[in-house]
Amino acid sequence: MQKIMVCLKRVVDYNVRIRVRPDGSGVITEGVKMSINPFDEIALEEALRIRERGEAKEVLVVSIGASQTQQQLRTGLAMGADRAILVEESDAVGPLTAARAFLALIEKEKPELVILGKQAIDDDNNQTGQMLAALWDRPQATFASKLELAGNQATVTREVDAGLEVIEFDLPAVVTTDLRLNEPRYVKLPEIMKAKRKPLDMTTLADLGVERAGSLRTLSCEAPTARGKGVMVENAQALVKMLQQRGLLS
Amino acid sequence: MTRILIVAEHDGSKLNPSTAKCVSCARGLDAEGIDIAVFANGGDDIAAQAARIDGVDRVLQIDRRENAAPLAAVLAPQIAALAEKYSHVLGPSTTFGKDVLPRAAALLGVGQVSDIMAIEGPRTFKRPIYAGNAIVTVEAPGDGVLVATVRIASFEAAGEAGAADIEKKTLDVELPAHTRYVELRSDRSDRPDLQTATRVISGGRALGSGENFDILYRLADKLGAAVGASRAAVDAGYVPNDMQVGQTGKIIAPELYIAVGISGAIQHLTGIKDAGTIVAINKDADAPIFEVADIGLVGNLFDIVPELEKLIGDRV
Ligand SMILES: Cc1cc2nc3c(=O)[nH]c(=O)nc-3n(C[C@H](O)[C@H](O)[C@H](O)COP(=O)(O)OP(=O)(O)OC[C@H]3O[C@@H](n4cnc5c(N)ncnc54)[C@H](O)[C@@H]3O)c2cc1C
Ligand SMILES: Nc1ncnc2c1ncn2[C@@H]1O[C@H](COP(=O)(O)O)[C@@H](O)[C@H]1O
Repeated sequence: MQKIMVCLKRVVDYNVRIRVRPDGSGVITEGVKMSINPFDEIALEEALRIRERGEAKEVLVVSIGASQTQQQLRTGLAMGADRAILVEESDAVGPLTAARAFLALIEKEKPELVILGKQAIDDDNNQTGQMLAALWDRPQATFASKLELAGNQATVTREVDAGLEVIEFDLPAVVTTDLRLNEPRYVKLPEIMKAKRKPLDMTTLADLGVERAGSLRTLSCEAPTARGKGVMVENAQALVKMLQQRGLLS
Repeated sequence: MTRILIVAEHDGSKLNPSTAKCVSCARGLDAEGIDIAVFANGGDDIAAQAARIDGVDRVLQIDRRENAAPLAAVLAPQIAALAEKYSHVLGPSTTFGKDVLPRAAALLGVGQVSDIMAIEGPRTFKRPIYAGNAIVTVEAPGDGVLVATVRIASFEAAGEAGAADIEKKTLDVELPAHTRYVELRSDRSDRPDLQTATRVISGGRALGSGENFDILYRLADKLGAAVGASRAAVDAGYVPNDMQVGQTGKIIAPELYIAVGISGAIQHLTGIKDAGTIVAINKDADAPIFEVADIGLVGNLFDIVPELEKLIGDRV
């Protein structure tokens, strides 16, 4: 195939301990480490492996976000993507708007395969890939832990609650990644230098002719209720006794 | 006018308990009517099960050959076709609901509220973000049908004393042929189901092998417990993926959760926040799991677990 498009979202790094703003307006994002959403790194890794196997010619990484998102796209280029496009928007976009923007990019770029993460670990929505597939009227294979290509068909193993589901579909299509699809490579220093010369184009929703969808309004944000302080017991016997006292064992 | 449509989850013969949990959520919305849609290929039994859920007015049974397997691309246009008569369309926040509902929402041109934990108003809900490290109250825009998934660990299943009408329906919707279901691979066991069990024991990387999980299965059998695992244990191949508990695995709310040899990474804790009592067994007294555990025991799991099994004996 000619081209794979991969969507990379800039999110708070998964190792950061999230803190809610005292005024309840959201979580603190100033001064915290930002990274590519972990599921999206997996998406990019998969695309690169497909290209390295000779099954695709070009890997395009795209993102919607503030100007700083160029950093994450550069990281994607350093991992091995050929080209990047940033849809620059300083205000966050919801999944439906993101899907509309990706559809507009698809219409321009004509990829045969689009890979996204199954969820962005900031808002945990788990929607964008499915919405994109709907708007594009193409197959979706969500929560992929294995992806095989054969001509203009693909087979995906999906991680579902009951086990592993296998589906087969025609390309072009949308795939969203689960964690066990692969382990993303580390970026090497020379690649970071090389990535600086790779093309990174800028556009906007307006340029793409995309209208924002009505989005959820966040009224407040709070920390989850903390669990009460626990107790330590000395041994298995004491544990069983305590469970009995609490009525959890007879 | 609040009229709610719930998309039933089932495996072709049995209704998933997540459906009755969605009904509980729907009942919190003061609805004038709650209907359940059963998409199947010969769904009489499933529709009958759905009709017994308390608070349900009608079950819509849509039998069609293409509905034999739960393919999002096939179900979404049918859901969208039904949706126009409703103010809300709900489904469970399981891998089934997460796959299907956003696709239906996009066809309807609306956003989706994912993982409703609590209802604050007809279009206002609480939901978790950042792996449950923050809870937001969100309001959906006031136009169009509201599509949402329900975080099933947050709701009790509705009772089963109902007797709703069952209506067979044919929908004039063209369905795509670009996606084909091949198979489901699942190690079906007769162990209690992880998502509905009242007791769960999970093992982590410390178990060291699939064989070593046997000590957990033996204890679980004594307790009538389901067995789960951390991502590290699944990644290492000790147990299958459907046993993973956490942000990207199953979110569960048992009365008793016993974490064995699990460090307590935030992504794991997300999955067990709603457990009644959390017990942690870990050899490292500084393991983060002890910060959330109600009862902690520091020690070697390979000593403690067999001892527990002996102590508990048959007096569960
Ligand atoms: C995006 C993302 C999503 C994730 N989703 C999930 C998820 O859904 N679920 C999940 O679980 N993880 C998830 N993870 C992974 C998570 O961050 C941790 O890596 C994982 O939970 C660690 O598993 P563990 O506790 O079994 O292993 P470890 O962290 O290695 O802990 C093993 C523990 O066993 C103890 N131990 C060792 N030997 C013994 C012994 N003999 N007796 C008693 N104790 C012993 C050690 O002290 C240690 O605390 C996710 C990560 C990312 C980035
Ligand atoms: N603003 C964005 N920029 C780039 N990719 C995005 C954006 N929003 C969502 N995505 C992609 O969609 C996936 C699912 O996101 P979500 O539906 O928000 O959980 C992510 O893993 C990304 O691959």
